[in-house]
Amino acid sequence: MDSSDTPRRARRRPKTKARKITFLGVFGELLMTFGLLAALFVVWEFWWTGVEADAVQDQAVNQFIQEISPTTPTDQEPAPADPEENLGDSEDPEDFGTIPVAGDPAPGQTFGIVYIPRFGEDYTRPLAEGTGRNVLDTLGLGRYPSSGMPGEVGNFAVAGHRQTYGAVLDNIHTLVPGDKIYVQTADGFYTYVYRNTEIVLPARADVLLPVPTEPDAVPEERILTLTSCNPMFGEQERIIAYSTLDSWQPLSAGAPDEIADQVAALLEEG
Amino acid sequence: MYGWLFRHLPGPLWARIIIALALIAGIVILLFRVIFPWFSDILELSDPTIGTLIRL
Repeated sequence: MDSSDTPRRARRRPKTKARKITFLGVFGELLMTFGLLAALFVVWEFWWTGVEADAVQDQAVNQFIQEISPTTPTDQEPAPADPEENLGDSEDPEDFGTIPVAGDPAPGQTFGIVYIPRFGEDYTRPLAEGTGRNVLDTLGLGRYPSSGMPGEVGNFAVAGHRQTYGAVLDNIHTLVPGDKIYVQTADGFYTYVYRNTEIVLPARADVLLPVPTEPDAVPEERILTLTSCNPMFGEQERIIAYSTLDSWQPLSAGAPDEIADQVAALLEEG
Repeated sequence: MYGWLFRHLPGPLWARIIIALALIAGIVILLFRVIFPWFSDILELSDPTIGTLIRL
């Protein structure tokens, strides 16, 4: 390290009682160094990756909020691309006409926000396109490009880390049937209701099928599938959480009651 | 080894302590920003996706 200094220093202080450098001493110090490095790696993996990812995700959420509300967040504007929508009936969540399904976003693009009140009142995570590490390690929740889009009949599937890089799905095992999962896109709020969880081996790509695990079935339901690592701190298995679409409402109808405060807070921040 | 390094840092004791801390900080930054991410890619400790064809 300081090799340039070494000869000079050594000459200048020949009298210092030089502690002997022994092989065993160096070996011991190297072992201790290795132990410290391993501990530091754990700190990095489970803490620092989260610090970095949280910052990226907060920014992505704020940016997306600004993108989709360039005009006004109030209920003045009609919803985009939905001719059947009826502004007068905002009390009835079922009456907003056909559910819009957006086209595929560009890879890595943030195209939505996910709210899961069960994971905490401040659980607000960006939803991005793709499940490569470039997406999952930074933006958090990534849509499988082979799966459907929010609101689509079939399977809208999303992956997220369980323990690291923001740990967006760390509490996936705490979902209780009936829990709401809200997905906000440029079109509106899709409300999914959690149904069940299964734990499968990592190769079971059939959970991403339009009708999960049934290759030849014709999809009728609108399903949201969340996939993450299982067990915690490991990846021997995958935990799969299924939800079904309950309702949709355009942005102009405001946020669903349960997340209204959260959405309002986001708008103020942005 | 580390004792030898510390004794061979230039300057008085306080300067050597500061230099040593700076060196440690630099190493930690290098680890966090470059080496650990690289190592984590190799380890594949936390892949939450499913299926083999889906991976990008």
